[in-house]
Parts: sequence; C-alpha cells; structure tokens
Amino acid sequence: MRYEAPDSLEGAVALLAGARGDARVLAGGTDLLVQMRADILEPELIVDIKRIPETRTVTEERGGWRIGAAVTGAELTEHPRLKQVWPGVIEAANLIGSTQVQGRATMGGNLCNGSPAADSVPALVAAGALASLVGPRGRRDLPVEDVMLGPRRLALEKGEIVASFLLPPRPPRSSDAYLRFIPRTEMDIAVVGAGVSLTVDGAGIVTAARVALGAVAPRVLLVPEAARAIVGSRLDAEAQRRLEAAARAACQPIDDKRGTTEFRIQVAGVLARRAALIALDRARSN
Amino acid sequence: MAKHHMEATVNGDPVEFLCETEETLLDVLRDTLHLTGSKEGCASGDCGACSVLLDGRLVCSCLVLGCEVGGRSIETIEGMAKGESLHPLQEQFLKSAALQCGICTPGVLVASKALLERSPNPTETEVRYWLAGNLCRCTGYDKIVSAVMDAAAVMRKG
Repeated sequence: MRYEAPDSLEGAVALLAGARGDARVLAGGTDLLVQMRADILEPELIVDIKRIPETRTVTEERGGWRIGAAVTGAELTEHPRLKQVWPGVIEAANLIGSTQVQGRATMGGNLCNGSPAADSVPALVAAGALASLVGPRGRRDLPVEDVMLGPRRLALEKGEIVASFLLPPRPPRSSDAYLRFIPRTEMDIAVVGAGVSLTVDGAGIVTAARVALGAVAPRVLLVPEAARAIVGSRLDAEAQRRLEAAARAACQPIDDKRGTTEFRIQVAGVLARRAALIALDRARSN
Repeated sequence: MAKHHMEATVNGDPVEFLCETEETLLDVLRDTLHLTGSKEGCASGDCGACSVLLDGRLVCSCLVLGCEVGGRSIETIEGMAKGESLHPLQEQFLKSAALQCGICTPGVLVASKALLERSPNPTETEVRYWLAGNLCRCTGYDKIVSAVMDAAAVMRKG
C-alpha cells in the first residue's frame, strides 16, 4: 500500500487519476482507517491531502467563507467567527464523534464517506454551500446536495477531490441550526438529522429559507417544499404545521433497528420545525 | 514497497522509526517504540484507550497512520509523570481509586490532561462530554469524573 502526501492539488489529482487500483483520499482518517481495518477497503494508494494549503485553511472570500475540506471539527469549533455566522454548520460538524474524533474528523471526509446520516451534510446543504472540486479537467463548484448520489456513491470523477467548501455571503438577520435525533446524548449516528437556514426581514417575516434532511433517504435531501412552507410567514403555528408536513412528505427512510420508517418520518417533521425555530431565534438577534 | 522512514518527537525526545503504510501510530508506539502505555481497545476510534496528543491535539492514535506523523510532536501517557513525580491527575486517580482494570486509564488521563490545559475549571458536564470518547467497562464514570474535578482543583491552587 502506497502513501503519498502531496503539497498541491495538482499533485494529488495526478496521483489519484493515475492510480491503477483503488485509491483513497485521506483527510482525518476517522472513516477511512476504520474501513481499512475492517477490510472493507484495501486501497492500493492513499493520498493524504492535509499538506495542501487550500484543504487546511478557513478564509473569507467574496463576502462568504471558504472552508478547507480537511479542516477538523475541533478547528471549526475554535474558529473565532464562523460560529457567529454559521452556528448550524459548526454545531453539526461538532456532533461527529468524540473529542478525539473531533481532533481529526473533517467535513470533506464526512461528505465523501457517502453516508446519508452524515451530520455536517444537511447543515451544509441548508447553508447553500458549494463543494469546490478539483480534478483532471480543472476546478468546478457543485452544490453539496449534488455531490452524493446514494450510499457510498459520489458524483466525483476519477481523480477528482473535494478541496474546500464555499459558504455564501450572509444577509442581515440570517442564521441556521442543525438538530439530530439519536437514542443517547453523545457518540452516535443520526437516526434523523435536520438543517435549516433562513433569513428574516425587519418585521420578522421569513424571506428566504433552505431545509435539508439527513438519514431519511438514500442521500441527504434538500426539501424546497419545506422551505416554501415557511417563506412569507413569521413561522407561526400554521407555518410550522406546513413545514412539518412538507418535511415528512419528502422522507423515504429505511426501516431498521435504529429507527422504523414511521418513526423517522415523524421525527423528521419535529426536527425540521425545531431547527427552524432555533434558526429564527438566532436570526432575529443577528 | 520500502518502509517509511519517519522522524518525530515523542514526549519531548526525538525518535526515528520505520513503518509500513498500514501501521497506525498506535502500532508504532506500542510495537516499534515499545511505549505500551497507550492501549488498543477497539482499534476503531470508539473507546479512547489509545488517546495521545498530536501537536497538542487530542486524537485516537489508532486513527492516525504512522507515516502521517513526520516532524510532529506526540505526547503519550509515558510523558505525563515527570521522573518519579506523578501528574496531579495520576495522584488523584490513585487516591480516589478511579480505576479498576486500568486499560482505559492511560487514555482517560491523557484526555483529562488535555481538557484541564484548556479549561482549568471545568463543570462536571464539561468533563463528562469531553470524556465521552473514553469508554470504561469497569468502574462506571463517577469516580473518574470526580477525580478529574478534584485534580483540577489541586492544579488551580498550583
């Protein structure tokens, strides 16, 4: 098994594109190393992207934020400003694993692991984040919701990697929130996750919203109907009811020991409503 | 494929070692450097028995490859006592009998030290969340948590 740690995106792309056997990107390793250990993956080549500056930095760009794909959860939490602007994204990334896992786990890895239950992904989708992909044919930006096609299946071409995420500029009175349901308080995988990002006007009316759901379909869902259910409202009881119904209508969950289909659909509505109310409260005080 | 030749710092001392790509930092610490204080519980990042500091950041050494640590600084349980004098956390764990079989203890101590360095006066809730990734299958957690709180109080007095 070969290990390479190039210091440029071009170098990483050339290695991945030229690999004969299975090649894997290593960011935090909290999924990759576990899957290698369990013999689920036996890559011929591992490309560690952590020496590439873009993957490891957080910078302001075009009024928004560019977050490197290999920035760790702990680093995101400690960032002096991100938590004020994107509290939902940061709280979602912070829910992944333990303190030790936070020291390594990254949002790029969380997305590319290809799990419909990835906590940071619904928050990024609700935020309207773009994934900045670099591959043999250059760079392209893809909405985060279009990166994952299904469990373990990504829209990336051979040799293409997620270098960073671009979070859009934030209008005044905007905020976001992420909630997940797990049967314990810590250290578990989402049974349902819900991310909501919204903007209100001076009168407290929602002028823009995005709602995303995790773990209720083969991939994380952006639910425009749920956003439409609250835009133009003050998130009054009637709008909340519409939001719940729209969120539930979008769900196509599996039925397993961690949650039945019926339970996941029910909880998706509840979490979407609660996340929207938290985001609203935060947006009003922005 | 040739082994990777690595240079790093472990508990303040420069070290050199050879490793295969698939060897984890935990494998290197235990099998190559013979620092067997870090334990392998689950080898999947769930139990925290292999906790070390990597450039000051708390991580599971089972989820780090040996070939990733070139030029970096690693602190293990072996670096916690200074000569014959135990760290206040170690003293307090002994005094409070905050361990039974001891497999989780090195990881708990390394993780607790990292917590107290950033938060010298933690709440009990903070301690419990911080240590959520350190599993103990013997004692339950009450003695561990109160030992950490007590050690924090001792350390604040200097």
